[in-house]
Amino acid sequence: MNEIKGMVHSIESFGSADGPGVRYIFFLKGCPMRCKYCHNPDTWGSSALLAEMTPQEAYEKAARYKTYWKSGGGITVSGGEALLQIDFVTELFKIAKEHGVNTCLDTSGQPFTRSEPQFSKFKELIKYTDLFLLDIKEIDNDKHKELTGCSNESILDFAKFLSDEGKHMWIRYVLVPTVTNDKADLEKTRAFIDTLKTVDRVEVLPYHTLGVFKWENLGIKYGLEGVPTPTSDEVKEAKEILGAL
Amino acid sequence: MVNFDQWNGFEGRLWKEQIDVRDFIQKNYTPYDGDESFLAGPTEATNKLWGKLQELMIEQRNKGGVLDCETEVVTGLTAYGPGYIDESMKDLEKVVGLQTDKPLKRAFMPYGGIKMAQQAAESYGYKINPKYDQIFNEYHKTHNQGVFDAYTPEIRAARNSHIITGLPDTYGRGRIVGDYRRVALYGVDHLIKMKEADKANTGDGTMTDDVIRLREEITDQINALKGMKKMAEIYGYDISQPAKNAKEAVQWLYFGYLAAIKTQNGAAMSVGRVSTFLDIYIERDIKAGILTESEAQELIDHMVMKFRMVKFARIPSYNELFSGDPVWATLEVAGIGMDGRSMVTKNDFRFLHTLENMGPSPEPNLTVLYSSALPAAFKKYAAKISIDTSSIQYENDDVMKPVWGDDYSICCCVSATQTGKEIQFFGARANLAKALLYAINGGVDEKLGVQVGPAYQGITSEYLDYNEVIKKYTVMLDWLAGLYVNTLNLIHYMHDKYYYEAAEMALIDTDVRRTFATGIAGFSHVIDSLSAIKYAKVKVVRSDVEIKNKKGEVIGVAKDVATDFVVEGDFPKYGNDDDRADEIGVWLLKTFLDMIKKRHTYRNSEPTTSILTITSNVVYGKATGALPDGRKAGAPFAPGANPSYGAEQNGLVASLNSTAKIPYVWALDGISNTQSMNPEALGNNKPERIDNLVAVMDGYFDQGAHHLNVNVFGRELLEKIKADPKNPEYANFTIRVSGYAVRFVDLTPEQQDDVISRTFHATR
Repeated sequence: MNEIKGMVHSIESFGSADGPGVRYIFFLKGCPMRCKYCHNPDTWGSSALLAEMTPQEAYEKAARYKTYWKSGGGITVSGGEALLQIDFVTELFKIAKEHGVNTCLDTSGQPFTRSEPQFSKFKELIKYTDLFLLDIKEIDNDKHKELTGCSNESILDFAKFLSDEGKHMWIRYVLVPTVTNDKADLEKTRAFIDTLKTVDRVEVLPYHTLGVFKWENLGIKYGLEGVPTPTSDEVKEAKEILGAL
Repeated sequence: MVNFDQWNGFEGRLWKEQIDVRDFIQKNYTPYDGDESFLAGPTEATNKLWGKLQELMIEQRNKGGVLDCETEVVTGLTAYGPGYIDESMKDLEKVVGLQTDKPLKRAFMPYGGIKMAQQAAESYGYKINPKYDQIFNEYHKTHNQGVFDAYTPEIRAARNSHIITGLPDTYGRGRIVGDYRRVALYGVDHLIKMKEADKANTGDGTMTDDVIRLREEITDQINALKGMKKMAEIYGYDISQPAKNAKEAVQWLYFGYLAAIKTQNGAAMSVGRVSTFLDIYIERDIKAGILTESEAQELIDHMVMKFRMVKFARIPSYNELFSGDPVWATLEVAGIGMDGRSMVTKNDFRFLHTLENMGPSPEPNLTVLYSSALPAAFKKYAAKISIDTSSIQYENDDVMKPVWGDDYSICCCVSATQTGKEIQFFGARANLAKALLYAINGGVDEKLGVQVGPAYQGITSEYLDYNEVIKKYTVMLDWLAGLYVNTLNLIHYMHDKYYYEAAEMALIDTDVRRTFATGIAGFSHVIDSLSAIKYAKVKVVRSDVEIKNKKGEVIGVAKDVATDFVVEGDFPKYGNDDDRADEIGVWLLKTFLDMIKKRHTYRNSEPTTSILTITSNVVYGKATGALPDGRKAGAPFAPGANPSYGAEQNGLVASLNSTAKIPYVWALDGISNTQSMNPEALGNNKPERIDNLVAVMDGYFDQGAHHLNVNVFGRELLEKIKADPKNPEYANFTIRVSGYAVRFVDLTPEQQDDVISRTFHATR
């Protein structure tokens, strides 16, 4: 039998924003999208890798921190795009749930599909996932393609799938001035979110440039050069439209 | 059994049979598991007095750090007339008593060392009356003179090279917490009576050295108690009888503490565990309808205001060691009793609330005796105050209680002692990182070029071999431990002889337990250096070191001294929850402690050790050459038990896990850890940040970790303050450094840079 191994790009022992409570975060390697504002472009390619590990090894690494999880914390898997390694994530979360640990998946949802054999894998994954942190990058598909290099159809469908299956999610929206702050688009996004039944929280993440140095280190041209970070008023307005906290 | 009318309404019997404040507390306190909604804001009197005091503090800073300095009268319990924050507002002060006759004026304290007292005054532009030159050099010896009379050449050399440093040989040793509660509970006359009974029972009549010394000491204590009464009389109070209400209890207790800080300039002059005790009096008065919550808060606010005013005259080199003018007026709240009841009372909230009523402050050094079993509402309130003020520290009651019981006080930053039953001989710290270089260089100091340690054979190979290094290092450590213990024995002998703490000892049991508190500096750097040698390859760079005389003239050259290292390859570092590195730390601690323990310690004291540097990590670093972990010569050490700068690669709780592995039982004097977090990294909003901080502390302390300083702010803010130090908005901005808190603007620029360069846990 082929043993599943996760390609882990890096870890963070103290995540506080990616799920409830204190989170141990695995950042997995690889991503199908090429978002222009990505702050972890170092997870895209094949160069950087912390370790390959089995789900059991990964769980044991994280479980060293379970004393910090008493108020609802647990394990978050992020990326890159974690769904590219869905077998690893499913297995890791299965072990975590056996130990009563809260599980959280931070994903763009892009790899989602309803065609088999992949679809069954998604149905298996959601059994062991307590919460999804789902990024909606942009509601307008053309703009989405321009921003990320991919269509948003599978992403929106994934949200619908989670809603229909009763899986809880937080919707996250990165607000980029001149790119994702169109008022009409924000309203359309809100309308879409309102069709979902299991959204516990909507978060507006103000675009920041803290990851730009990584683009420079990797020798890739940064896609959003000169784009300003949003003002607090702009963030406030977007939050109101999207119904965010 | 005795009885006083002042005790009406108090339960229990044992504490009436003998001096036993713990029993009084356990029989009478009221645990509180509610939230902070009962608290009262500052009264008008509090605002006026605190406003005036802030003006004085700004004036003090503008004058270069000292507002006023006594030059004529030697300090003592009754040496100076009464002093108030402001004469015209003295009726507003609910708690009275200053160290001298004026606020923030520093007393003249020559007994630790006349030269130091003179230099301290001179460095701020004051001149001590020259007559004291003759008095303390010809007619009477000081502690400092006694120590230097007895020092060996070897000790002097080690002191000079800073392989041991910060020693209490030029100032008071401190770290003795009188049980100031006794003044309130029993009144001074009863305490005198009990001490007289002790004196009558010294030995079997044979006049041995021990008996003679004890009889003299008890007499000094009784005289101090009599002096305390006179001191209180200056302020119009008679403290011969027990306190009859909360206001008197606060005042009596404070007079006990005032007696200590009038007579001693110890490095740490801690207040102790007074909160739950005072709550009993406040509860009784509130129930009787003679005290309101606002009045209760006012009492605590005014008492804390006094703790914020404690000052000593220090020399510049002392300030480099312990920056920001600290006095470690450490004061504890919370904890869990031996019977499992929480010892959190409303008063514990009131003490933390002073940081809201009067803003953040480094003193008193507010310490939460933490357990995950504390009431949830209290944990949240403490976390909230930490996030708002960065002014409190946390120490693990779950690991301390089995060792020290449920009535211990913290006598400096992190060191527990049983209140009223125990004292500590403070011993600063030994530089274990420098000792590693001595092992490599055969005892030759890498900075001075002179032979300081024994001339054991050094290491001559190009690359360092782990087994060879460990072998030589262990031998060098053993030499250091012996020298260090000898030095401390000598210092404490002289301190007892020339600078005995009569006022504090008068409030401690005659049959006292003593601990012998050694300390370790350079902890993380030794771990990472040994790890580099073991898991990577370390090449030695050797060069010649000039030997200079006192005038700075070159008088010789030491050949082929290891002055730098080149590390090839990666290696595990302490601070990442990696057992390969962390276990080296555990080994180092145990090894050094065992070397200390096997030696004779003064007055049969019990040896302990700490991993605590305070701000001396900067001075230690300056005096230490480059290390095999990649730290450059002269760079600051990481403070206390913190991982080295830049070593932490896996986030906050991975770092905490590394520190949590150090067994507290091997470092009973404390394991200090200071962490700074960006508010954003703690959570999206205030309630989440509070919950997450509580989760972090629960997780950390449940693993048996000892201490955590919590700072919540970003690097950017510190840079802003450094650039604009006169901005009144930043005047009280307080940060926790190793084991205590300081106003950031009071640090030297060098130390400010050191703090700024430390690891901040931020969002990724």
